[in-house]
Order: sequence, then C-alpha cells, then structure tokens
Amino acid sequence: MNQRVVITGMGIYSTIGLNINEVLSSLFKGTSGIHFDQARIDFGYRSGLSGKVPTPILKGKLDRRMRVGLAEQGAYAFVSTEEALAMAGIDADYIASNEVGIMFGNDSSSKAVIEGTDIVRAKKDTSRIGSGSIFQSMNSTVSMNLSVIYKLRGINTTISGACASGSHAIGLAYMLIKNGMQDAIVCGGAQELNIYSMSSFDGLGAFSDRNNEPTKASRPFDRSRNGLVPSGGGATVIVESLESAQKRGANILGEIKAYGFSSDGSHISQPNVDGPSRAIAMCLKQSGLMARDIEYVNAHATSTPIGDANEAQAIHSIFGSKVPVSSTKSMTGHEMWMGGASEIIYSLLMMHNGFVAPNINFENPDEFSSKINVIPQTENIGFDRFLSNSFGFGGTNSSLIVEKFIK
Amino acid sequence: MNKAEVISIINEFLIDEFEIEEELLVPTASWKDIGIDSLDFVDIVVVVEDVFGLSIKGEEMANINTLQDFYSFIEVRLKA
Repeated sequence: MNQRVVITGMGIYSTIGLNINEVLSSLFKGTSGIHFDQARIDFGYRSGLSGKVPTPILKGKLDRRMRVGLAEQGAYAFVSTEEALAMAGIDADYIASNEVGIMFGNDSSSKAVIEGTDIVRAKKDTSRIGSGSIFQSMNSTVSMNLSVIYKLRGINTTISGACASGSHAIGLAYMLIKNGMQDAIVCGGAQELNIYSMSSFDGLGAFSDRNNEPTKASRPFDRSRNGLVPSGGGATVIVESLESAQKRGANILGEIKAYGFSSDGSHISQPNVDGPSRAIAMCLKQSGLMARDIEYVNAHATSTPIGDANEAQAIHSIFGSKVPVSSTKSMTGHEMWMGGASEIIYSLLMMHNGFVAPNINFENPDEFSSKINVIPQTENIGFDRFLSNSFGFGGTNSSLIVEKFIK
Repeated sequence: MNKAEVISIINEFLIDEFEIEEELLVPTASWKDIGIDSLDFVDIVVVVEDVFGLSIKGEEMANINTLQDFYSFIEVRLKA
C-alpha cells in the first residue's frame, strides 16, 4: 500500500500562545515567550531563562483518576490534543468505531520520579508515594494517559528521540499510515518545564546565561549566540490517510510528503554536519522533490554555537543561499521533545497565512549563517512546501517535508 | 476521637480528595458503589496516614466491604 498522508487537525499549548490563534499572532509579530525565573537561580541553575506556560486547570474536564496520572507535560498535551481533535472533527463516537492511534514524542518525566524518591527516602515506605506517580514517571506518560482519556484503540506508543522526539513521532506515524497499517494517529510532542527537568542540562553549560535580557537570549544563527533557552508545552497534530480524511469530509491542512532520518554516529552532545545533511537528503529523496522545490526551511537551530553553525552548513550544502530559513526557537526557546511537532504547526500556520515568521535576534551573521537566507523580520512570503529539521543528543536527526494539499 | 468525628473526617476527604458525590456516602455503600477501585486504595492509605496518623496497608483496604466497615476499621485502629 502507498497511502497519501495528510494532517487534519492541530493544537498547541506554547510559550508564545495557548491555542492556534494566539500562536499565529505571536509568530507574525515575532513575540518572544522567554522570561527570567529567579527560582532557577536560587535552585542552583547558572541560567534563569526559560519559556513559561500556565498550569492548565483540568478539574471539571477530566475526572480525578484521569488527572492523578497525568504529568505536567501530559496536561499540556491534553489541552493541545483537545484543540487538534476538535479541528479535525474527530469525536468520541468516531474513536469508538474506528482504530485511532497515538504516537507522542516525550523523553523525560522528572518531577514525579524525584518527588516519589524523596518521599521514600524520608518515609522508608513506598506505599506513601501514591497511585499517580508511576503513571506520571514513565517516559510513555503522555501516550499512556491520553490513550486512556480518549479511549484510543490503535497504536499506542511514545517516541523518545531526544530533541527530535516530536518530529520522529510524526515521521513514524506517517510511515504507518503510508503503509496502510493505521488510518489516523494522534501525534505530537510534549515537554515538561519544571525546575527538576532542566537542571542537568543547565549543568552542561548549554543554556544561555543572558539573564538580564530574556527576550534577546535565544538568538539562533546570530554571531553572539551563547546557548539555548529551555522551553516546553504541548503540540498535537492529527495525522491521517487521505482516504480516511476525505471519507470524513475533513479539512486538510497539509500533506506529509516525506520523512528522513539519520544518526551522526559520532559524539553524544556535539553534532556534526554529515548526520543532519544525510537526514535532509533522505527526506528529499523520499519525497521525489528537488532541493529547489523547498520554499521554506524551519531550522532546528537552538542558539548553540556549534549546532547552528553545523546546520547552516548542512542547509547551505543542500539548498544553497536562497531558500528562506528561520528558527522559531528564537521566539519559543527550545521546546525539546515537543519541538519537532510544534514546529510543524508553526510552519503550517505560516504556510496557510502567507508569511515567514522571523528568526528574531538575528542581528549579525557568523561565517556560516552568512551563507544562508536567515529571515530576521516577518516577511510576507507565500509558500506551498516546507522542510522542518529536528536534531538531538546522541546525534539523532529527523527531517519532514510538508506541502499544501492538492487533490 | 469519637465515631461521629471519624465519619466526618473520612467523608470529608472522600468528597474533597476523591471527588465523590456526598449523597453516595451512605454507610451501606460499597467501594464500587462510590467509584473507588484498587488504585484509589493506594491513595486512601496515604490520606489516612496524613489525617489520622495511622499506617495501614492496601491489602487491608481490599478486605473492607462497605463504608461502615471502613469507619469501624479506622475507629478500632485509632483506639488500638
């Protein structure tokens, strides 16, 4: 089988907006979602910078049993999934009579692990932890909880691929649907933001310490970038076969044309140029498109010195100097496990509204970013097709190509 | 602590923490009647220690059939 694969719904709970409309506005305006959090400095962080989202109020929406097992990032993902399913027109009746799956990107769930361990250390009694902790602690916390909440009966799994988790989740869902094994999969990525979740990452010195200029700190491709800014939230896309979408009369937001992936095969934390280049090249080859057919690149660029330089080289070697490039992480910060999914949504919003969102804080290029077309301010550039990159620790790389749907 | 106080405290946490409708809390009600399952027993053990200072086990909860049995169980343990 070789099904065409489309996106029929999207939902977002992000530092730049708590729903699709708010995020669209922020993308167009180039609004930063980054703030300074003194609590992180007090806790021992070098960087007090972070994205920030409010805790969703779920009492009244989910019963107690459904809430107690839901970790912070699961709550974000529930909100984004509510929006995505509503947009897709998929309700409980449809789910009850059709096999809908879930594949979510998530690669940590720190708070419940640490708080549960603290209780046992203090009380010497595991029965004091309570019933919710195990369901919040596991990496699969998002997919396991949402599958029960929505009574999903298709594939039910979590993809842990570091900062490419969300992108791999969509890519693998695309493969399952393309091969005729599933008709519809709730896909996405979720990222916790609590103080425990980022401390070891901060300990590597990977975060920007521009503590006095929060909104200027995330500056992918800029010469003076000095580290990423951690962020999080939830992002959901409904990935579906064209046949299923058309049968339901669903509105089609875009068609997934290809998924490419690779592993650097080198360093645990230092990316190279070859790995990302091979993922992009595989994606292009799978799509049957030429490099010149890609009209916008949503870069992975996180604002780290080496990562951005290597991605700029990879983009330049494949696409040359003309294709518009921006990293929305300049506004959102690095949404990590969620980023690969949220950035598909950001790019879809741009594609449908005829603009390229800015790579804010791109003031001075370096040797490598000077060779690609980084867009520093919002430009009303219409495009029909984009490529989105996501890379992560261990050298995992994922690229997706999405285009406007044409019958 | 007298029996009425025990009942009042238990009913209060069942309503507040476990979100059970007050009208369901009749002495003859079983755990199933009020929507409490074996996972909830784990949380009841934690709450009982917090509010009564009693260390009980989940297995003991499974052997209790009705709310009346639970009130009596706690009352006896408080006197022990």
